[in-house]
Amino acid sequence: MKIVVTVKLVPDPNAEKRIDSATKRLVRSGVETVLNPYDEYALEAALQLKERAGGDTSVVVFSMAPEALKETLRKALAMGADEAVFLSDAGLEGSDVWATAYAMSQALKKIGFDLLIVGGLTDDGSTGAVPGALAEHLGVPCITNARKAEIADGTLRVERETDSGYQTVRGPLPALLTTALTFGEPRYASLKGIMGAKKKTIAPLTLADIGLDLAVGSDGAKMQLEAFAPPPARGKGRTVEAADGAAGAQAIFDFLKEKKLV
Amino acid sequence: MNFDLTDEQRAIQSLAREFAQNEVKPRAEQMDRDEAFPYELVAKMGELGFMGLPFPEEYGGAGGDTVSYALAVMEIARADASTAITMAAHVSLGATPFYLFGTQEQKERYLVPLAQGKMLWGFGLTEPNAGSDAGNVSTKATLKDGNWVINGTKAFITNSGTSISGGTTITAVTGTRPDGKPEISNLIVPQDTPGFVRSKKYKKMGWRASDTRELSFADATVPEENLLGPRGEGYHQFLTILDGGRISVAALSIGLATGAYDEAIKYAKERHAFGRPISKFQAISFKLVDMLTEIEHARLMMLRAAWEKDQGRDYVQSASFAKLFAGELSHRVVNEALQVHGGYGFMDEYPISRMYRDQKINEIGEGTNEVQRLVLARLMGL
Repeated sequence: MKIVVTVKLVPDPNAEKRIDSATKRLVRSGVETVLNPYDEYALEAALQLKERAGGDTSVVVFSMAPEALKETLRKALAMGADEAVFLSDAGLEGSDVWATAYAMSQALKKIGFDLLIVGGLTDDGSTGAVPGALAEHLGVPCITNARKAEIADGTLRVERETDSGYQTVRGPLPALLTTALTFGEPRYASLKGIMGAKKKTIAPLTLADIGLDLAVGSDGAKMQLEAFAPPPARGKGRTVEAADGAAGAQAIFDFLKEKKLV
Repeated sequence: MNFDLTDEQRAIQSLAREFAQNEVKPRAEQMDRDEAFPYELVAKMGELGFMGLPFPEEYGGAGGDTVSYALAVMEIARADASTAITMAAHVSLGATPFYLFGTQEQKERYLVPLAQGKMLWGFGLTEPNAGSDAGNVSTKATLKDGNWVINGTKAFITNSGTSISGGTTITAVTGTRPDGKPEISNLIVPQDTPGFVRSKKYKKMGWRASDTRELSFADATVPEENLLGPRGEGYHQFLTILDGGRISVAALSIGLATGAYDEAIKYAKERHAFGRPISKFQAISFKLVDMLTEIEHARLMMLRAAWEKDQGRDYVQSASFAKLFAGELSHRVVNEALQVHGGYGFMDEYPISRMYRDQKINEIGEGTNEVQRLVLARLMGL
């Protein structure tokens, strides 16, 4: 069985970020690139499924990013993925969600998979639309927000997390799965994994390799970014002066009550 | 020249940082307070490969280089000095003697479980009356009926008495050399050796979660083959071991200093006085600049020594420079970092107070500042 995990390479979520007003793109210089944290959960799910399935199950990570970020993908190999495929091409610059999902799907068709696991969201773009668009382009079922999954006799059985509890659903393979954060904390890459990762392959792909019928990059984008703004600065808090502790507590209580928090 | 770390070195550094910040740092305060040895962390570090980082895979290690090892020690020390010394003493002092001088059989029997972190091991050089004057050891071992019979006392031995400690390698006088000086050899003493007794843990000012004990040997008997390397080579062996140990102690000092700097800058940005964060006052911002400048200075010295070791070059002098400078730097940085905290720094609930206590030993352990200067004066031909 072949499990493919899509991984986005994103700026460190803990770093302060800035958007270049001319290009409307995130300034990447000086900010470390990491695996999209949600995708680490997807990879953890894949590695768990592989451990349970044993045999000839392999985990392949797939990423689409500028060439300079390629080595970041090695962390996924250090965590336990068997190999990586890296799609990079100047023609992809300026792709929106639709074009991104289309280019990815063309590459994924070439790579082939029984199960495709995708993080539910990316930390930088946060559209959450890529998994659905991918499933559409690939013509496979899209099972979202999985907290548990098992594969038996070519059938995928998934527990989906919902607001009110969870559902158990079943579907055929190939399929696309997105993971909830309850699937399991991503493992650390062990030292052995790190040392072994340098011997694993990151296979390069370009647009010429995957073949396109439709435009990608800025030409293929259906959506344009018009404006952006940082979150509004937090306003000043309210200061209450109270004669003593009891009066202070009363003031806080009144405030919480007014906000319907108690 | 190239100052870039390799991809693996960067990956190991970031794994160590992630592990230290997520797993070690949140436990540091409680472990210090309870003098609780970090069994759980040691087990996890063993699984991840930290406890055998620089040893080849065939001996259960991770096959990393000295630079990676130093980077890892630095990151762990940044979160907690007790956990860092547990790892550093285990690797540099406990396991390294087997790797450098052990027979194939000794490597398989001891080094493999040590490198996997399943067992800890001590290194017993210091005695109550012989510290840096290590040629003056008074512990004696006599060969009798195919066994070494050991008598004497060792002091301040790290990792010697935990429930997963397998034993300690000790230096002992095994005879007299032709030139009349004592013949010193290293002997492997497993934990269950009759006559080998560990004291209770010392009550310490810092490194309180690490395991440090006094060891006594009263007719402690081990088989003749428990000799490490050739008889009479003990003195040279421990000098070699201490040379490498200096790099890890330097890394530990720099890590602690970096942790103190982390706390100082966080506090300086949060704490307001006279209407603005205190980091906006030159009195404070200049302190922070000086701290980071010195940390960077020490890092470069230490990494150079580690790099030289990896290149198979003579690194003795650069390791001594790094150990001396880093030990004293950690004193200055921790002291200033506490000063930035003002009165709160004196309070137990701020991590900086623990770091202040943890720092002092960096100027004493594995050769005091004074002895480092002595070593360096000799190396410089003075």
